[in-house]
Amino acid sequence: MSASLEKGVRVLKEVIDAPIASYFSSCVHCGLCAEACLFYTETGDPKYTPIHKLEPLRRVYEQEYTLLGRVAKWLHISKPITDAELAEWQELVYNSCTLCGRCSVVCPVGNDIVYMVRKLREGMSASGNAPEGIKGAANRTVTIGSPMGVRLPAVKAQMKHVEEDYGIPIPLDVEGAEYMVMLSSMEIINFPEYLGAIAKIMRQAGKTWTLCSTAFEATNAGMQIGNSDLAKVIVSRIVEGAERLKVKTVISPECGHAYTALRWEGANLVGRPFTFQVKHIIEVLGEFQEQGLLKTEGMETDRLTFHDPCQLARRGGVIQQQRSLMKMIAKDFVEMPDAGFMNWCCGGGGGASAIEEGEELRLEAFKRKKAQLEAVKPDRLVTACANCRIVLEEGLEHYQMDIPVIGLTETIAEHIPEKGA
Amino acid sequence: MNEMQFLTWVRGPGLDIALSLFVLGVLWRLIEIYSLGRKKDLSAPRHKPGASGWHTIARRSVPPEGMFKTSPVSYVGGYVFHIGLAIIIFLFIPHIKLIESLVGVSWPGLPSQVVDLVTVVTLAAMIVLLADRIMKPTKRYLSGFQDWFTWTLTFLPVLTGWLAVQHLLLPYTTMLALHILTAELLLVFIPFTKLFHAFTVFGSRWFNGAVNGHKGVPV
Repeated sequence: MSASLEKGVRVLKEVIDAPIASYFSSCVHCGLCAEACLFYTETGDPKYTPIHKLEPLRRVYEQEYTLLGRVAKWLHISKPITDAELAEWQELVYNSCTLCGRCSVVCPVGNDIVYMVRKLREGMSASGNAPEGIKGAANRTVTIGSPMGVRLPAVKAQMKHVEEDYGIPIPLDVEGAEYMVMLSSMEIINFPEYLGAIAKIMRQAGKTWTLCSTAFEATNAGMQIGNSDLAKVIVSRIVEGAERLKVKTVISPECGHAYTALRWEGANLVGRPFTFQVKHIIEVLGEFQEQGLLKTEGMETDRLTFHDPCQLARRGGVIQQQRSLMKMIAKDFVEMPDAGFMNWCCGGGGGASAIEEGEELRLEAFKRKKAQLEAVKPDRLVTACANCRIVLEEGLEHYQMDIPVIGLTETIAEHIPEKGA
Repeated sequence: MNEMQFLTWVRGPGLDIALSLFVLGVLWRLIEIYSLGRKKDLSAPRHKPGASGWHTIARRSVPPEGMFKTSPVSYVGGYVFHIGLAIIIFLFIPHIKLIESLVGVSWPGLPSQVVDLVTVVTLAAMIVLLADRIMKPTKRYLSGFQDWFTWTLTFLPVLTGWLAVQHLLLPYTTMLALHILTAELLLVFIPFTKLFHAFTVFGSRWFNGAVNGHKGVPV
C-alpha cells in the first residue's frame, strides 16, 4: 500500500460516522438515485448512479466497521482499496457529481448520499486523487487569497471603478458596520455590477456595510476538493475579518458553495460557533423586502425564469425569497419544471466547473437544463450564483441558445430609484 | 431423519438457534452502526431543530415530486411486496399464534383466503421486481451476489408457505418444515445483509431529515 493510499484510507476511516454506517446498511440497490442525477439521466450510463460513486467508501466501511467485513479482511478474502481504483473513481466523485443533493432527497430508505460524497472527497483528496483543476483553485485561494488569483489591489481598483460609475463610496474595513460583504473572484473580475448593486441596495435600506481587506473572497475550493484543512484556512480568514470588524452579519455573495462553506460548514471547520450571522445576499434582500427597506420601480416586461442554485435552495433552505423578489420586478416570471426544491443543477457545481477534463460530460449533462428552458422559453435567465451563471452561459453558447443570463441582485438594483429621484 | 423429525427439529432447536442469531445479530449490528456517533453540528440552525427527522421517516414513504413516473415498477412493486409481506407475516393467524407463543401478545388476523390472495400478489410482485432487476441496466449494474441471494431468501419462505397451505408439490409436513427452515434462514441473514434496512431505514431517514432540517429544508 502506497503512503498516499494509506493516508486516504485513514482519512476515510475517520470520516465514517453513524449516519454513514446507517446509510450503507440501508441501501437496497433500487437504483432510484440514478433517476435523480443529471449525469445519469443525460448519459444513461449506470456508472453515474450516485450510490455507486461511493463504492470505495462503502468498502472501507464494510472492512473496518462491520464484524463480518473485519473477519473477511482478516481472512484476506475481501478486496482492498487500491490506488488504481481511487484514480478511476476521481471521475465519479468529482467530474460527475456537483454535490447538488438531488439523490439525497429521493432515496426511499433516506440515505443522504451527497453527505457521503462530501466525506469521500476527504479521502480522495488525502490520497492525492482530487482533480488538478480544483486543487489549483484551492491552492491559489490559500496562497494568493482567491481561486482566480485576485489580490487586494485588484479589488481596490474595482472598488474605485464602481465608486466612479455609481457615485457611491464603497466602504473598506469599517469597524462596527452591520454587514460585511463578501465577494467571489468571478464577481470581482467578470461581474463588477454586483458590487455596485450592493452599494445601491444598502444605501436605500440605510444600512451600514463594509468590505474587508483581509477577507474579501468567499469561495472555498478547499471544501470542494474535500480538504478540510485548506477549507479551514480559507474560512478562518473570514471569521477573523468579521470578528476584527465586529460586524453583525457576513453576507455570502451570489455563489452557492461559498454559502455552504460559510453558513453550514464554517463553524464546524473552525471548531466553534460563529459570533456573527451568515446570510446569503438573497436572504438579506428578502428581509429588506419584507421590512419595506427595498423599494423598486418599474418592471421587466420580457419573459424571465429563475435557475435555483442547488446550494442556495435544496441544500441551503432559501427557496421562497428569490421568487418573491422576482415577482417584485418581473411582469412575466415563469417557473421551469422542477424549479425550487427539486431544481436541476447547472452541471458545474461542487468544483466541477473547474475540471477541464470534465467539460464534455458537463455539456452532456447540460441537456437537462436545456430541456427545462425549452419548456418555458424565457427571454432571459436569472440566477443567484456566479458559478452557475458562467456554466449556464457556456452551456447555452454550446447549444446555440440565445438566452442572456443575469444575476438577481444586480437586476433588483437596476430597479432602485436614483437618490432624490 | 424422516419428515416428522425434520419438522420437529425446525420447530424446536432450529427455531431457537435462528431466533437467537437473529436477536443477537440485530442487537450487534444496531450497536455496531449507531455507536459510531456523529459530531455535533456547530453551525447555527435556520430554525429550532424540531421533529424534522421524524417527519422524514414518514415523508420518505411517498415518492418525491416527479419520481414515480421515472420508475413506476420499483415503486408499485416495492409497495405491493412490502405491504404484502407485512400482511402475511403479521396477519396470518398461524403466524400470530406463533408470535403469541413466543412473546405472549396477540391480535386479530385475516381470513386464510385473504392471506392466500395477498400471498399470490406478493409473489407476483417479487417476480416482477426480479425481472426488473435483470432487465433494467442500472439495477443490473448495481446488483451483486447479495441482491440475488436476499431476493431468494425472502421469496422462498413466502413460496413454501403458500405451497404448504395449498398442499401442493410435496407432502404437507415436508413443505411446512421447509417453510419454517427457509423462514429461519431469512431471520439469520437479516442482520448481515441488505435486509437489515428493515431496521436501519428509520435511522437513515431520521439522520437525513435532521441534517437537512437544521438547514430549514424539509426532505
